[in-house]
Amino acid sequence: MTEDVLDQAEAWRKEGRNVALATVVTTWGSSPRPVGSQLAVDGEGKFLGSVSGGCIEGAVIKEALAAIGDGKPRLLDFGVTNEQAWEVGLACGGKVQVFVEKLG
Amino acid sequence: MDATILAALQEARRAKRPVALATNLRSGAQKLIFKDGTEGPLCLDVDMIIGMQDMLARDESGTLQTGAGPVFVQVHNPPPRLIVVGAVHIADPLARMGVMAGYGVTLIDPRRAFATSQRFEEYAVSTEWPDDAMAELKPDTRSAIVTLTHDPKIDDPALDAALKSPAFYIGALGSRKTHAARLARLKELGHDDAALARIRGPVGLDIGALSPAEIAVSIVAQIVQARRKP
Repeated sequence: MTEDVLDQAEAWRKEGRNVALATVVTTWGSSPRPVGSQLAVDGEGKFLGSVSGGCIEGAVIKEALAAIGDGKPRLLDFGVTNEQAWEVGLACGGKVQVFVEKLG
Repeated sequence: MDATILAALQEARRAKRPVALATNLRSGAQKLIFKDGTEGPLCLDVDMIIGMQDMLARDESGTLQTGAGPVFVQVHNPPPRLIVVGAVHIADPLARMGVMAGYGVTLIDPRRAFATSQRFEEYAVSTEWPDDAMAELKPDTRSAIVTLTHDPKIDDPALDAALKSPAFYIGALGSRKTHAARLARLKELGHDDAALARIRGPVGLDIGALSPAEIAVSIVAQIVQARRKP
């Protein structure tokens, strides 16, 4: 019943879809999802899993689609000190770092 | 993540073989770290690999600083296990909450009338006697065991096996009186006081739980506490 993001990502890949995987790699303060939490995104922007509880998913999906486009990994910072925070912000005041990579 | 790494990672996870994925956060280069070896192109020195194998053993993901930039280590251990003995009224909510909390759950009850797979769909059911079932399951340091039947024929062999294992949590349902009698019987089987002190009885956190689901909450809460805040 616990959804396995990696299994789903692999299944999408086997169907021939483009897939990017986002993983929470660092957290500071109160962040909603622990290190290792994952979000899989396909080429159409369909996604499964979570890296924050909703606060930054939109921005992460955008970067995931960009990673699918150019194949390059990305390391994203989100938090209250980040300019982006005003846009996508973590309401809890925590900070997270998210790694985004395309699945080969 | 290249296709070779993904395939090898998934193969290890399916075989329930502990594995960690090391990712250089600058380059995206990766390596799989096993207890007894590695696989993949990311270059790491030996000390770094030993440190990652230690993280794998401690079940702890995190980032290490290396000369070539930060490397994130994600541990993929098989899920911790919850072994529930006795298909009584508390068993189903307990097992389902265990599944929700991320445990691989097995329910053991040799009384076939109780342990039908129709009643219990989300987790494994064994109708073997607890000593046989426990010998097969081989509880380890990432296993929790809870006995629920009150029946010495069923609970005692399970607790005997649990005490001989390194399980991180052992709980036994029953009143203080039942529990005292149970401890006396287990003592006769050769378990000393230090070993018997591992058994949580009465089981569960004292939150005044009454209904089966509430009792299951108190047990799952105690298991989480034992694992996360020992």
